[in-house]
Amino acid sequence: MKPKSHIRDTGTVLLSQFLMAVLLLLAGCREEVTIFLPEHVSVAQPVYNDIEGFYLLCEGNMGWNKATLDYYDYGHGEYVRNIFSYANPTVPKEMGDVGNDIGIYGSNLYCVINCSNKIDVLDKYTCKKKYQIDIPNCRYIRFLGGYAYVTSYAGPVQINPNYEQRGYVAKIDTVTMQVVDTCLVGFQPDELEIVEGKIYVANSGGYMVPNYENTLSVIDVATFKEERRIPIAINLSWVKGDRHGMLWIASRGDYYTRASKIYAYDTRKSQLVDSIDCPVSNMWLDGDSLYVVSTQWSYVSMGNTFSYAVINTLTRQQVCDNFITDGTDRDIVIPYAVAVNPITRDIYVTDAKDYVSPGRLYCFDRNGKQRWSVRTGDIPAHFVFLGTNINER
Amino acid sequence: MRTIVLAAFLTLVCALGVSAQEGVLAHQADSVMTSVGHGRLDSMQYIQNVIIYGRRPYEDVIPAQELTGKQLEGLNSHSVADAVRYFAGVQLKDYGGVGGLKTVDIRSMGTNHMGVFYDGIQIGNAQNGQVDLGKFSLDNIEAISLYNGQRSNIFQSAKDYGSAGTIYLRTRRPKFKDGKRDNLNVSFKTGSFGLVNPSVRWEHKLSRSVSLSFNSEYTYATGKYRFRYMRHYSDGSLAWDTTAVRQNGDVRSYRLEGAVFGVMTSGKWHAKAYFYDSNKGIPGAIVNNVWKHAQRQWDSNFFLQGAYQRKFTDRYEMMFNAKYSRDYLHYLNPDTTLMYIDNKFWQDEIYLSTANKYTILTDWDVNLSVDYQWNSLDATLTGFGYPIRHTVLTALATAWTWRGFKVQGSMLYTMVNDRSSARFNGQVVGKTSKYMNKVTPAVFLSWQPWQEREFNLRAYYKRIFRMPTFNDLYYTDMGNITLDPEYATQYNVGFLYRLLTDRGMLAGVKLSADAYYNYITDKIIAVPKGTGQYRWMMMNVGIVKIRGIDVSARTTLRLPADVILDINLSYTYQKAQDYTNPEDNGDGGTYKGQLAYIPWHSGSVVGHLNWHDFDLNYSFIYVGERYHTSANTRENHEQPWYTHDLSAGYLFHLGKTTLKVSGEVNNLFNQYYDVILNYPMPGRNYKLIIKFDI
Repeated sequence: MKPKSHIRDTGTVLLSQFLMAVLLLLAGCREEVTIFLPEHVSVAQPVYNDIEGFYLLCEGNMGWNKATLDYYDYGHGEYVRNIFSYANPTVPKEMGDVGNDIGIYGSNLYCVINCSNKIDVLDKYTCKKKYQIDIPNCRYIRFLGGYAYVTSYAGPVQINPNYEQRGYVAKIDTVTMQVVDTCLVGFQPDELEIVEGKIYVANSGGYMVPNYENTLSVIDVATFKEERRIPIAINLSWVKGDRHGMLWIASRGDYYTRASKIYAYDTRKSQLVDSIDCPVSNMWLDGDSLYVVSTQWSYVSMGNTFSYAVINTLTRQQVCDNFITDGTDRDIVIPYAVAVNPITRDIYVTDAKDYVSPGRLYCFDRNGKQRWSVRTGDIPAHFVFLGTNINER
Repeated sequence: MRTIVLAAFLTLVCALGVSAQEGVLAHQADSVMTSVGHGRLDSMQYIQNVIIYGRRPYEDVIPAQELTGKQLEGLNSHSVADAVRYFAGVQLKDYGGVGGLKTVDIRSMGTNHMGVFYDGIQIGNAQNGQVDLGKFSLDNIEAISLYNGQRSNIFQSAKDYGSAGTIYLRTRRPKFKDGKRDNLNVSFKTGSFGLVNPSVRWEHKLSRSVSLSFNSEYTYATGKYRFRYMRHYSDGSLAWDTTAVRQNGDVRSYRLEGAVFGVMTSGKWHAKAYFYDSNKGIPGAIVNNVWKHAQRQWDSNFFLQGAYQRKFTDRYEMMFNAKYSRDYLHYLNPDTTLMYIDNKFWQDEIYLSTANKYTILTDWDVNLSVDYQWNSLDATLTGFGYPIRHTVLTALATAWTWRGFKVQGSMLYTMVNDRSSARFNGQVVGKTSKYMNKVTPAVFLSWQPWQEREFNLRAYYKRIFRMPTFNDLYYTDMGNITLDPEYATQYNVGFLYRLLTDRGMLAGVKLSADAYYNYITDKIIAVPKGTGQYRWMMMNVGIVKIRGIDVSARTTLRLPADVILDINLSYTYQKAQDYTNPEDNGDGGTYKGQLAYIPWHSGSVVGHLNWHDFDLNYSFIYVGERYHTSANTRENHEQPWYTHDLSAGYLFHLGKTTLKVSGEVNNLFNQYYDVILNYPMPGRNYKLIIKFDI
């Protein structure tokens, strides 16, 4: 009988050990997921002037719901990462999917969230969400005379014989936060700019590869009707208007034979006046200087090449091939966006890295020496300065 | 927390080992035959089904992890994907729902390093290299085996040598009771997600040596289920809590399978035809302000395959396999707020294989296998390259047994020729042809130090690669025609201990543990490129190092009153680190970060209780904390998830017919979780199964 009981003991031991293991395994338990609290990183000495700070909207990879908002506070020399959930703890699924543009108008901060099909209107100081404007596949935003103008890809679709889908510009009353009118433009409109009573829209045709769109749509602000389309170059992305009525328009090219370039269009003479062989990922107009960052793929070297250029908008010449002068540009994997502080002339360049990891923000002084760098959200991309007596856009 | 889990498992493993040792000391282990020879007929059959301790005629150097018979049936699994989660070392990527994509990753080497074999022949996907295991229902599956490295049995096709890890799916073989010429099996499943799932099997004995089988299954589900997301304040109070119903997860699919099986003097053959067709919604990611999607996918898979195996002399045995398959995929995005996409893809494959085993000495075998495969891909994409791939695989292997030692070595020679055309505006502007030749080795060893004790030490080394897929090479814009293969090098040491006894409560114990190191180089990953958003290029730049431990334990207990309890445990520890970018270290960097979606700790517990005609099954799956990218920051952190599933069934005897009624409750504690970020999984759900055997 002894062996039998011994075996029974073995069985009991096994069973109890097994149950214990199960219980202990449960110790590695789920915890309640808490909202993200902002992370404050001290990066520089405080600076006091009319610019209090800037917001940096991080896009986040598509489908990941990781659009995040970061803020730089000049008064504290502090970078504050991921501020939206703390300011809006009760908003389900936070900011949403793919932040595409940001702007300040009046007392509000407008965040265009492309794949969440909406614009979040936040208080520009507290970032508390005040309104949401639903616009499917919304892209870029500009403001004038109490209205916000937003481009969208989601116009009417025609399939026969070829797939065609025009985009539109939505006109939003910034008091009622309602879309009051829409105006059809070209295919897949991206950035827009308002200069002297006209809205200029860069049409990309990005959904129609390889038959890209090549025009700039002109909308009269007063009638809100598309007046005409001006052929510029294929696959337009950015359009920035300088103080002399000149538009600086970026073409992405077709990524193969037709290169990315910058075009200058004189709105006063209604004529295309120049083109500059400078590839563009992103650009920022500061006074008479156009700062351009770019990444270009070479099928020869099977690698990316980068440029950090400055174009003088008066002479229309590239005056600088690399505004980063201390060699620290080698740390940047994918330069994605650029911005310049209009007062201090500090230059900000973002690094999107592999698009799925946290990016990085680099700050350079006006001479191109790196001052600091900090981790951001995923794909840091869109800047807006906050302050008084400045053109916040 | 992590250490607690690990400690718990180690304690358990030690305890199991110790008690098993005591068992051995107390009693000489008897053969499985005696332990089966007790009890009533049902429980005997049961034991035959579950006991895995019996010696098979020829054993692999390193045996597989296996799920068969009742054990498989009890797992509350709808698809093969659900079942393989119970294997140690396996991570399932599950996008949720009845029709959702489910792919498997063995020991963190990536889905593309996995081979999936259906009745001995590999299921290919030259387009993206991934086999959706969610498409394979368990309805017609008899056994699932998982081999790390490769099946260490030399008499196999060259393709069996060609993956870093392999899953074998074996469909049911007709078995006839005395005097029976027909078996008919009808089953019906229904439950949550609007599931309606009838299936029918008919087996017919044509003659003493030839039998037929037909199987058909239809699955319909609305795919609707409730899911819930919430966040809390750091003090524990609720910040937001939202519940919604998963939309656009509907699926309609049917499967038809017909097979003919034959046996002859010292040989066997079979041929089968398979057809699967599905139409399903793609439920998509749940993001702010987007709670439903409209994308759809249609799949059709057809194949014809056959195998012939014969022992011509005492020394020479030959096997011949052939297959033709055609796969169709149609993806549609009808959502007019997004880019309209309507793409169709057709893949064709022809496969021929021969394996020849020659026994030089009683304990020394050699094998030569030669396979040829032809793949093509056609698509409705502009500028598509219409790739064709010819592959010739030659494997030379030898197996040698000496006392307690078993050694097996193999060399695989792979020759691939890819052809494609470059097109511009529909015109062929250039043609490319690229050759690649590679030789990769594998060595498997096992040693049984004591003849009377089934304790085996084992080890293997294998170097293998996976070819870039057609998508990696030719996909419009991001494909890179210059890609090289991606290599996986594996080192593994471990042991297996088995004990059988027919006295007392303990019927048997099996315990195995392996430690491994995998090194992935030239990993094919998408690298951002050029001007513009979300543009990528596939590049051979990734480096991954994986250090892991797999432990599995099993015991069968005979409790009083004819109750049989079978318990299975598996545990996996993996440190899978991304070594791709040494510059990207520190502050949110990816260097040495744990790979996306690989938990450090994962495991499962399955308990199966049988009492006469009654079965009760409990299964528990645990996946520990992980990150959704190799940048291991708090924003990328994912909480652990674990589900408890319970099922009970009763077998009614109605004359010669049997009726089995089972009920399942899955995710008993209604845990809402994501396996993949923003793809919510179902909470508690139910299923009712009725099965007639005539």
